[in-house]
Amino acid sequence: MSKNNILIAEHISMQFGGVLAINDLSINVGVNEIVALIGPNGAGKTTAFNCITGIYEPTVGKIVFDGHTVIGAFPKNRQKKDFLGTLPEHEIERVSNTPDRITRKGMARTFQNIRLFGNLSVIENVLIAKHTNAKQNVFSAVLRLNSSEEKRMLEESKELLDMQGLIEYKDERAGSLPYGLQRRLEIARALALDPKLLLLDEPAAGMNPQETHELTELISKIRDDYKLGIFMIEHHMDLVMGISDRVYVLDFGKLIAEGTPDEIQNNEHVIDAYLGVVEENA
Amino acid sequence: MKTKNKNSDKNKYRICSAAVFILCILLLIFLEANKYKYSYITGILVRSAIYALVAVSMNLVTGFTGLFSLGQAGFMAIGAYTVGILTIPVAQRPAVYYMNGISPVIEKMYMPFWAAIIAGGIFAAFCAALIGIPVLRLKSDYLAIATLGFSEIIRAFIASPQLNKITNGSYGLKNIPSFPNLYTIFGICAVCIALIVLLINSSYGRVFKAIREDETAAQAMGINLFKYKELSFVISSFFTGIGGGLLAMFMGSIDSKTFQIALTYDILLIVVLGGIGSVTGSILGAFLITSGREWLRFFDEPLTLAGINIPLFRAGFRMVIFSILLMAVVLFYRKGIMGTNEFSWEAVFNLFKKRNSAGAGSGRSDIQDNHSDDGVKRILNDREA
Repeated sequence: MSKNNILIAEHISMQFGGVLAINDLSINVGVNEIVALIGPNGAGKTTAFNCITGIYEPTVGKIVFDGHTVIGAFPKNRQKKDFLGTLPEHEIERVSNTPDRITRKGMARTFQNIRLFGNLSVIENVLIAKHTNAKQNVFSAVLRLNSSEEKRMLEESKELLDMQGLIEYKDERAGSLPYGLQRRLEIARALALDPKLLLLDEPAAGMNPQETHELTELISKIRDDYKLGIFMIEHHMDLVMGISDRVYVLDFGKLIAEGTPDEIQNNEHVIDAYLGVVEENA
Repeated sequence: MKTKNKNSDKNKYRICSAAVFILCILLLIFLEANKYKYSYITGILVRSAIYALVAVSMNLVTGFTGLFSLGQAGFMAIGAYTVGILTIPVAQRPAVYYMNGISPVIEKMYMPFWAAIIAGGIFAAFCAALIGIPVLRLKSDYLAIATLGFSEIIRAFIASPQLNKITNGSYGLKNIPSFPNLYTIFGICAVCIALIVLLINSSYGRVFKAIREDETAAQAMGINLFKYKELSFVISSFFTGIGGGLLAMFMGSIDSKTFQIALTYDILLIVVLGGIGSVTGSILGAFLITSGREWLRFFDEPLTLAGINIPLFRAGFRMVIFSILLMAVVLFYRKGIMGTNEFSWEAVFNLFKKRNSAGAGSGRSDIQDNHSDDGVKRILNDREA
């Protein structure tokens, strides 16, 4: 099992001051698997994403991506004394990586509040992602000695846009696209990095049922075409239940359930977390 | 049918560009031939070209990478002093350094001007690389303050008595040889600007723009923010250094006061007025501001109208008018002349079409007059709307 896991996160905790945003979260995502992370608002889903992608440095935890430890954190001295959660038994070796380095190892993400390069054209957005894996240097780029490389980048970007149905908008300003298309462009841009794992932060936020349905198909298609792992945060239950292989449920920073969509739908803790607990003495 | 039209349009634009290019060359040949007769206007044009180069390289950092840096004067000083020290003829050096004496290290160091200019650029780039390591971790205003401070440190350093034997301290350098001809100076500026434009339009330029748009998203695209910021900063400083070297050759004598903060502000003005993020805007801005300042000399002379002495017209009033004009531009035309757009013949022709169909009575000469600045503004207004 663990051999086929592209992402393994162990004992992740993230404390902001006196708030424990994530408490001892352990997650794994397999190659070619769609995994969803759900939970009520403020449960710590996006924080978990930011820890995995290196934007935040977690207080405790270890993240292994594609067989390499990319992040390891363990509190010391003062931080250890102030830590509110439970520490794992063994100390974790410290490893830290910047978000761009983690991305270059093959982890691509989209953002909850779309973060496109709004004033650049649609195709430029994708080309910027392509730059990361291009073989060139400043001099060859300035003197146009890299034209074959540039041509390849352009072809591949066009292909990606074509797949996402964005090719007709390729010269439009990215910021002027309608919302649904901006989401698609963000996914295209992430795919341009040739990732091994794709993290989607609420890909269906603000979409209508029709768009959500299309997105569901798109996500399964991406998984099948690119053979990559997909880890997503989502609120739309029909999307999550429709395509996920496994679902994790987070509430107040703690993992309260894990399993197949069917198991989750009938899990008492999950129902309590979403609908509230009936207090006996009320 | 449509594609055919497009092609013929393209050819038309090409012919226009070629015509303007040939006109510029002819103007250059004319000025070169009558150098002494038109030395005043030639001087303005040369200064404009140098400022255009520095403004475009500042635009690379400020407009395209989104780093608000105010270190231009410092990097220009580095380039200028490098060129000065390396190109003053060896025979004249004792006369230049007669107060402090000359350090034996540089006494016999001589380079042809082109090598000295490149050396100046490289030295400026080297200093930028060093200063960039701590400073580029800062953002927006803090970066501006830090680079401004750096620029002042360079100036103080150059004027310091400890360096008297190298920089000639507060006496400055003189007898710096000028350019062999006008083609050299304009050629160097044109090549440098062309290189910057090639960079901006390359894959690296796209990365710079991505950093300007959204740093977090750029990082999520695998872009090492520090590496690319440093790259942009170093390249910009290289060309700023070259600009400083050219300025030294143009002026013939320099001292540390030449490179005060006011010089940075001049460049900043050009960039803002031309449009932050527009290369052609910076070039246009450089020529407009540098020459505008001279045209406004009219206000410096006392004026008597119908026997009455108009009170405000005297030395210095020109700068008041100039400042008011700038304020008006910044208040009412915040994006500058070009905004983030580049000059294109298409826009100019569209303007002609619109005007011609709108006012059949308006004369052609009127259109021609307004073509350079007002016209472009209008086109861009239309485009934005």
